[in-house]
Amino acid sequence: MESIIQGKAYVLGKNIDTDQIIPAEHLVYSLSNPEEVKMYGKYALSGVPLEQGGLPEGGIPFVPEGGHTSPYSIIIAGPNFGCGSSREHAPFSLKVAGAKAIVAESYARIFYRNCVDGGFVIPYETAQQLNKLILTGDELSIDMQNNTITNLTQNVTYQLRPLGSVVDIVQSGGIFEYARKNDLMAKSQA
Amino acid sequence: MAQTITQKIFARAANRKFVDVGESVWLNVDVLLTHDVCGPPTFDIFKQEFGPDAKVWDPEKVVVLPDHYIFTANEHAHRNIDLLRQFAGEQNLPNYYDVGTDRYRGVCHVALAEEGFNLPGTVLFGTDSHTCTSGAFGMFGTGIGNTDAAFILGTGKLWEKVPESMKFTFEGKMPEYLTAKDLILQILGDIGTDGATYRAMEFDGEAVYSLSMDERMTLCNMAIEAGGMNGIIAVDAVTEAFVKARTSKPFEIFHSDPDAVYHSMYRYNVEKLDPVVAQPHSPDNRATVRSVAGTPITKSYIGSCTGGKLTDFKLAAKILKGRKVAVTTNIVPATVLVASQLSTETYEGQSLRSIFEEAGCNIALPSCAACLGGPSDTVGRSVDNDVVVSTTNRNFPGRMGSKFAGVYLASPLTAAASAVTGKLTDPRDFL
Repeated sequence: MESIIQGKAYVLGKNIDTDQIIPAEHLVYSLSNPEEVKMYGKYALSGVPLEQGGLPEGGIPFVPEGGHTSPYSIIIAGPNFGCGSSREHAPFSLKVAGAKAIVAESYARIFYRNCVDGGFVIPYETAQQLNKLILTGDELSIDMQNNTITNLTQNVTYQLRPLGSVVDIVQSGGIFEYARKNDLMAKSQA
Repeated sequence: MAQTITQKIFARAANRKFVDVGESVWLNVDVLLTHDVCGPPTFDIFKQEFGPDAKVWDPEKVVVLPDHYIFTANEHAHRNIDLLRQFAGEQNLPNYYDVGTDRYRGVCHVALAEEGFNLPGTVLFGTDSHTCTSGAFGMFGTGIGNTDAAFILGTGKLWEKVPESMKFTFEGKMPEYLTAKDLILQILGDIGTDGATYRAMEFDGEAVYSLSMDERMTLCNMAIEAGGMNGIIAVDAVTEAFVKARTSKPFEIFHSDPDAVYHSMYRYNVEKLDPVVAQPHSPDNRATVRSVAGTPITKSYIGSCTGGKLTDFKLAAKILKGRKVAVTTNIVPATVLVASQLSTETYEGQSLRSIFEEAGCNIALPSCAACLGGPSDTVGRSVDNDVVVSTTNRNFPGRMGSKFAGVYLASPLTAAASAVTGKLTDPRDFL
């Protein structure tokens, strides 16, 4: 697994719910057919009201009109990212669009689990309000060994919370890979 | 060591005597629930990970209730139903409730209760965030994603962190103008949409135990709106009677120990609470109905797992009887059973259905419908700058369709009163 994640920042506010990440009307597409999968990239974060996307200026779509991938690979957000529904289509759509990591003040439980167990994007937490310090388009670098994020544009480094007990699942790339490694795939004997 | 009810259910499912808050444990799953939006991708992952010929761990424990995108011309939505049908056939799943047959039920959380799948003391996981609804039955219910659900399909187990519990006690006698929706919106305003993240929300007090199972489900349904892992209400005679009328399966009843430790405790006297709404665009944006009364609305919507049960329609009928609605008002029963009860249940000698029809409401077929927007031809979907008063559970931007619309979450009484006047209206003006 790579230990450095580098890319441009896309900055959002607080309580970005799953309807904003992938609006419900798009949940009809296949998550395995390669052509249909592109639709999830195209509509990733399309439910965010335009003025609230790409802060601090706003008005910047995550995925440019007509495309299905994003120029931004690190999402910076406030508290409670991914609240709302259980749809795994949400972290999936961010991954399809090209996101590699999210750095938020906190996450809703189901979204966090989905990110980790599905191996889609890495959900980092930060104690600081980084969405007030980082600007959309800033070049960022996450050091996974040292749990830091460096804003290369502003030349400043911040601490991230360690991933804690889920680090093994993240490093394995998801719950199935983790379970195979640890011999956890047997059926329940209840 | 003292434990909460949620800890005791975890301990049972982990084959342990005691589980500690914060530790991750592997739980044996009693029921896995899925529906048309998350079922197909879950089955895909299951086949990919366990092999094309793999069998689910226990066909009796897999419940498949299509409910999200049912009455639409959208071909991709139809394909999802076909995929459910195909998988249910391959796996001989006895608990598949097919669309277009007399087995179709409607909204999964309400149908689970009707069909006797909600058993005290058990562990339910579902690919829907409102799976916490079933906590009304003194059981653990929570939402998960497709990958976790596929893992359960193959193994019958899943890891979960033992949650801390928060306790919400409602004392006093419920006034006729107040509903479970007002209670949970009150809590949401107090603790916020992340106030219970990764925690259990335990509801207690004489006002809670005076509620019908429908109303208790409303309370637990919106635990997720505070970020809660689960909502839970201990079993009493009302629960037992409801469950025993629907299933003969045995079950175990757990109660929190008197000295159990809580993250926090909240106490309310229901006689001092007012009807409230959650204003756009967040379920915690609480205001008393009186403080926003007069705000013009364009639509009223009474439906969903949280607001489309028989009790919700009985409440709405109290206000709509003999009156006319001033705005488009959609009545969306959660299930086929609730839809049939609209014809058989009466208020002051008139069937609920006829009350709603005479008031000028549109009565839709049972499904999730516009609670989550849905495909463009979904009944009740918000358009443009609609201002909707709705008994549903979420009002983030775009939730009911248009991202320019505003949604006020409210009780069925408030939604009905507002439908009559065309503006937000406290139900006490009519009761």
